[in-house]
Amino acid sequence: MAADQVARTVTRIAHEIVERHRTLDDLALVGIRTRGVPIARRLSAVLHDITDVAVPTGVLDITLYRDDLMRHPVGPQPVLRKTEIEFSIDDRRILLVDDVLYTGRTVRAAFDALIDFGRPRSIELVVLVDRGHRELPIKADYVGKNLPTSLRQSVQVRLEEVEGVDEVVLEDAPED
Amino acid sequence: MLPRTDPTRHDAEIPLTGSGSSGAPAEFETPAGLRAKDLLSIGDLSADEIQLILDTAEAMKEVGTRTIKKVPTLRGKTVVNLFFEASTRTRASFEIAEKRLSADTLNVAATGSSVVKGETLADTVRNLEAMAPDMIVLRHAAAGAGHLAARLCRARVINAGDGMHEHPTQALLDAMTIRQRKGRVEGLKVSIIGDLLHSRVLRSNVLLLRALGAEVCVCGPATLMLPDMARLSVRATTSIDEAVEDADVIMLLRIQLERMRGYFFPSLREYFQQFGMTVARLRRAKRDVIIMHPGPMNRGVEIASEVADGPYSVILEQVANGVAVRMAVLYLLAGARHE
Repeated sequence: MAADQVARTVTRIAHEIVERHRTLDDLALVGIRTRGVPIARRLSAVLHDITDVAVPTGVLDITLYRDDLMRHPVGPQPVLRKTEIEFSIDDRRILLVDDVLYTGRTVRAAFDALIDFGRPRSIELVVLVDRGHRELPIKADYVGKNLPTSLRQSVQVRLEEVEGVDEVVLEDAPED
Repeated sequence: MLPRTDPTRHDAEIPLTGSGSSGAPAEFETPAGLRAKDLLSIGDLSADEIQLILDTAEAMKEVGTRTIKKVPTLRGKTVVNLFFEASTRTRASFEIAEKRLSADTLNVAATGSSVVKGETLADTVRNLEAMAPDMIVLRHAAAGAGHLAARLCRARVINAGDGMHEHPTQALLDAMTIRQRKGRVEGLKVSIIGDLLHSRVLRSNVLLLRALGAEVCVCGPATLMLPDMARLSVRATTSIDEAVEDADVIMLLRIQLERMRGYFFPSLREYFQQFGMTVARLRRAKRDVIIMHPGPMNRGVEIASEVADGPYSVILEQVANGVAVRMAVLYLLAGARHE
């Protein structure tokens, strides 16, 4: 996916969100760090352009909820960054945003993290790329692109805000 | 900007699992962990490691602002708080930090333990180790107690104060407070005033502040100066006015009567007159100075009540940051390798 495709995809997802929701007033976007955050912010901007509604946007770091943190006795811990959800999620419809949907474990951790903040009316999942190979029964509600992959491949999502360029690239992982 | 090609991202990106998750946020910027198994001395930490702990603590602070102040991170881990010396703040702070990370905690105090029956520190540690705790938080009156414990057990050891040697988590929470108030530590002028000789807080703070590039001035009566002051590369003075004058941060240290063997000054009243932080002295300081104290305070000895409770005091912020710093240390050490 090149930069213009990424932009069109985000716009399309925003339109799908508007289509499926009678009102945007009880919606909130929550981006999963790292790359879910800029995608959530872009969706919020497009939604504002379309409907003139400012959908509140939060940032979720799922590190403390990962299921693999303490399973290995050795090795550095993942870098922890701040969670910033400055609105009440109680009774809101939450749009959880991430770049790549793969095993589903990140999303599982995000559910646990979100629910510690309150009781949303519903959670919907938005991803830029669904690469398959789920290990948990999780399905996205909005998918930018379905990208069939092999387990040996890796999906690299690069975003302007993080890497200075918008693109999605499928790479062959190096041999171990 | 060039796209960053990092083969460790995404699937291969989770070196600590290999299982791989979706576009997970874990970016393993180096260094992501601490090199040592234990936290015994600030001197063992690099400037990068100190920054990592402080950054992690900033993120941990958010957990304390939630309605449900608890995350599942250390579920199933056992932490023993082994305190051979009196403590309110440090012990409460560690215990709250452990509970917020969902660890199981056990408090062992010297009074009421086998220590009163004559058991040695080494034996106490060996016996606790036999029950397989994951971490031991140790406070002891002897310098090097943490080092001894760390050699004897697989559990990670966190030094919560060892005699007159070090108190690493105190220096870390002080640095976090300074960074929050001043936006940086580098280049700041920090004056530390009080009982220098008996202070483990001083030693940890000097090491940390120097590592992060602050200028340190220490001040106290000549009898309470450190014998090895030259090695610490700090400026020393016996004039409190000189120490106060151009300081960005003033840190007061408690007069530790319980550690004083001998006569260091004629009376507490005279000490207050010569070295106490009073409103009159504070007037000579910079307009944006902050006043710190590691606690417990002796009001009317090293600090006047008006100053301790005044607008320049950040003493309670230090306490609040203590929980976040200890959460960060527990989290980072839980991933540390052990031989």
